[in-house]
Order: sequence, then structure tokens, then C-alpha cells
Amino acid sequence: MTAPLVVFFVLAALAVIGAVSLILQKHPIHSALSLIVVMVALAGLYLLMGAEFVAAVQIIVYGGAIMVLFVFVIMLLNAGVEERTSLSKMAGAPGLLLAVALAAFVAATIARSGAGVQTVAQTGSLASTRDISSMLFKDFVYPFELTSFLILVAILGAVVLAQREKS
Amino acid sequence: MSAPLSANAGLLITIVKIVLLLFIVLTVNAYLTWFERKVVAHIQSRWGPHRVGPHGLLQPLADGVKFLFKEDPTPAGVDKFVYYLAPLLALSLALTSIAIIPFGPQPVHLFGRDIYLGIAPPDLNIGILALFAITALGVYGVALAGWSSNSKYSLFGGLRSSAQMVSYELALTMSVVGVLLMAGSFNLRDIINAQARHPERGILGWNVWPQILGFFCFFTAAIAETNRAPFDLPEAEQELVGGFHTEYASFKFAMFFIAEYTSMITVSCLCAIMFFGGWLSPFPASWTFTHYLPSVLLIPFGLWVIMDGVRYETVFGRVVLPAVGTVIVALGLAFIVLPSVKEFVQGPFWLMSKILVFLFVYVWMRGTLPRFRYDQLMAFGWKLLLPVSILNVIVTSFVIVAKMQWGGP
Repeated sequence: MTAPLVVFFVLAALAVIGAVSLILQKHPIHSALSLIVVMVALAGLYLLMGAEFVAAVQIIVYGGAIMVLFVFVIMLLNAGVEERTSLSKMAGAPGLLLAVALAAFVAATIARSGAGVQTVAQTGSLASTRDISSMLFKDFVYPFELTSFLILVAILGAVVLAQREKS
Repeated sequence: MSAPLSANAGLLITIVKIVLLLFIVLTVNAYLTWFERKVVAHIQSRWGPHRVGPHGLLQPLADGVKFLFKEDPTPAGVDKFVYYLAPLLALSLALTSIAIIPFGPQPVHLFGRDIYLGIAPPDLNIGILALFAITALGVYGVALAGWSSNSKYSLFGGLRSSAQMVSYELALTMSVVGVLLMAGSFNLRDIINAQARHPERGILGWNVWPQILGFFCFFTAAIAETNRAPFDLPEAEQELVGGFHTEYASFKFAMFFIAEYTSMITVSCLCAIMFFGGWLSPFPASWTFTHYLPSVLLIPFGLWVIMDGVRYETVFGRVVLPAVGTVIVALGLAFIVLPSVKEFVQGPFWLMSKILVFLFVYVWMRGTLPRFRYDQLMAFGWKLLLPVSILNVIVTSFVIVAKMQWGGP
């Protein structure tokens, strides 16, 4: 077993354990912490595939900014331990069934494509910062600008909602 | 045995480097507390620590022993796992960030290998992004400590800290974009080399002149990000007892303390590297006689330590201080006698000097400026720092495009 493969399995196991613990934890903060573990493990996987920029941005944006906001809101609302009603317990059974179905579907797709899916670590940065930026600002410049416009609208909407609540 | 050893030599060297760097950083941390107490004391017309060892130089050692042997109670009702995780997270992330910093231009030739100063490989292309990723996770140490302690003061400290860090991280990231545009790379070595494009300009070639706005935004945001005065609201002792670390004692408290001082060192390194030329000398490259400057500074300093030590009150000081002074003088003489060593220490010498200056500025500000009020802190971050750093990005990119279009220096 080569070193990158060992690292891959460690990170993959970490991501799966984090995801399972995210669902099973009863306290929102513990769930948020598990989600952070998943994000960081995913960033590690990206790094393993040579996508340095995506890995760093994954941690900065998802692991840092977004999850800090989650943790902040949980702390601000002082949310307690999650309550399990009979309905939420009942929802577990179809949820598990759906999860198994989804996993089987993904596994079947990967198995069918066979050699097309590469699991080996790529050497050299395929998704280098230069490539990503030239793609964003040359090939996909209109969708990119449209997305930023959408985000701006969302920000303005949030400000308007917050202002209305005050008065 | 020899075959696997040579195959794993790279790994071995890295481990040795990590241990060495940890030792150096922790020692510097310890003496940073002494330095801070001394400087703040002199700002306030006091003596500072002067009982333990000559000039209080053994005070950090006494503090360390005290931290280790104090009782370490766990308050009732805490979330045990998170309560123990928080200081560990804060310390390990702070120490990890140091690994990205390169400390010198040339590698050392040892055992037939080029060993670079600094742990990360010299071609780490995401250098500054990796650092931001680590600092982005650093907030959890403080926020989770505040939440898990089951105390209202801690919770307020944690809340303040996470709001503050989210607000100032934007300005912190935006303020360095100008530097990145000028260097065309995220790699910290490339950023330094880009400032050496005109070696005859010396200090005038550094990024701080074209990026003066970016520098002020970066340094201000970085002080806020490290929770230092005047942005130390998460641990404002008049309002929140100790803020997020109110419920922590003994070594767990020390871990937060070490994490804070380590981030101070990281920020000082970054300021020196991105805006002040890193290991570049402020003099033009043709002034080779300035290469004797480390010796010129070290020898008089060593002689002064010897002079001071001979007249010291305690016997211990009369023995230790002259010995330390002699070592410093010998070091200064060695740089003169061995030309290769003299050339090698140029880079690290200038980098260390710049880091020291920034650490002094940190302490100086703590001793001088009063703390911000919370609404002032938020208004300052969102209404001043962020717009100014965005303006800096826009102006820098326009200037760069104009230079590409019409040529220029």
C-alpha cells in the first residue's frame, strides 16, 4: 500500500465517521463540530488529488466562515439538547432506507464506469490557481458575475429583513 | 538498515526540523512574556519582573513551573469533551501556522542534502492561503472554550470572539490581495523575491510603499484576529473576568496563553514577509559592507551585557550575565571570521530583526491604546477597514493593468 493510499483511507474514514457522528450526536454544537471534521477531511482529500487551491478555499470558506456562523448562532440561541419525538424516531427508518439506496446507486455507478474513475493521487496541481482563475474569468465570466449579483441581492434581502424587524 | 534510512531521510529531517522549531518557538514565547512585562512596565514607569534571576530573566521558567503544578479543577456542568478539546485546538492550530513560514533564502548543505529553513517545502504554492485556512479554524478554540465552560462570562467572551473574527477575517484577507497581485503568487518565497526585483533600491523596493493602505488594514485586522489589545474584548477583564478562559486553570490556561503568543509571532512574520521584504536587507545589494551589521550590533551588545553583569547585585547575576555576554561577543566575532557563515546569517538576521520590531509594536500598542467599545469595534471593521482594503485591491489592479498596457517601471 502506497503512502497516498494510506492517507486517502485515513481521510475517507475520518469524513465518514464525521458524517455519521453529525447525524447521531444529540447536541447541535457536537453536530457542528462533526461537520467541521467532515469539511477538513474533504479538504485533505482535495489536497491529495493535487487541488491545492480548492483545498485551501474549502477550509477557509466552509470550515472557517460558514461553520463559525453556525457555531455562533447555536451559541447565541443557547440551543439545548435535541428532543426526540415519536415522529422523529419514525422518520429514521425511511431515512436509513433512502441512505442505503443512495449508497447503492453511487456504488453501482462507480462500478459500471470501471476504469474511468481514477482513485489514484494525481501528481502536479491539475486544478492550479491559474487554471481556475482563467476558467472563472474567461470561459465562465457571465455565470460568475451573475452569481455574484445573486449573492448581492441575497445580502440586500437579509439587510431589509433585519431592518424591518427592528421597527 | 542504511537503505531505508536514506530513503526516509527526508521524513527524518522534517521531524528534526519540527522538534527544533517547536523548541525555538516555545522558548521565544516564554521570553516574549518577559519582554512584554518589561516593556509595559517601563511604559508605566515600573520595573517589571526583576526578582527571579538577573533582570527577571528566569521569570518565564518560574511561571512555567507554576502553571504545571497548579491545581487543575474542572468546573461543574461543563461539556467535558469540548472543554478539553478547546485549548488543544487553539494551541495546535497556532503552532501549525508557524510551519508555513520560510525563515531564510538559502538552504543549508548537510549530509549531502539541501535543507531549507522552515518546515513547509519551498515550492508550497498555496503558502498564504494555507496560513489563512489555519487561522480560519483558529477561532474554534476560543469560541468552543467560551461555550463549553458553562459560565456566562465565558459564553460572552466566546460570542464576542467569534463575531470579531468573522468580521475582521474579511478585511484581513482582502488587505493582502494587493500584495498577491504584485507578486503574482501565493508562495511566500515568491512574494519576498518579487520585492527584490530591483536589488539596488533596497528598502524602497518593499511592498510597504505601494501597499501602505493594505499594510495598515492587514496589521489592524491581524491584531483583532489575535485578540490582542486594543481589540482584546473577548477577555476584557473589567467586564468579563477573564472572558473565554475564565474557567480554565493551570496548564489548560497556559495553552491558550501560548497559542496567543504564537499567533503574535506568526502575524509578525507575515507582516515582515509580505510588506517589509522578509529576509531582504533594507540597503542596496551593492553595499556589501552592511553585511558586517550583525557583528557590529552583537559585539557592543555582548560587551554591554558583560559590563552590566560584572556590577550586578547578586552573585548569580555576576556569573551568568558575563557568560551570556561572552557567548554573544563570540557569535559576533564568528560572523566576521567565517565569511560563509556571515553571508548565510544575513537573511535570517533581517527577518528576525523585523519580527522583533513588530512584536515590540504589539506590546507598545497594548501599553498605549485603550480598548475599543464593542459597537466601535464592529463599525471600525465593517465601515472602515473593509471598504479601504477593497479600495486598495481596485487601485492596485488598475495600476498593474495600466503598467502592463503602457509600460512603466
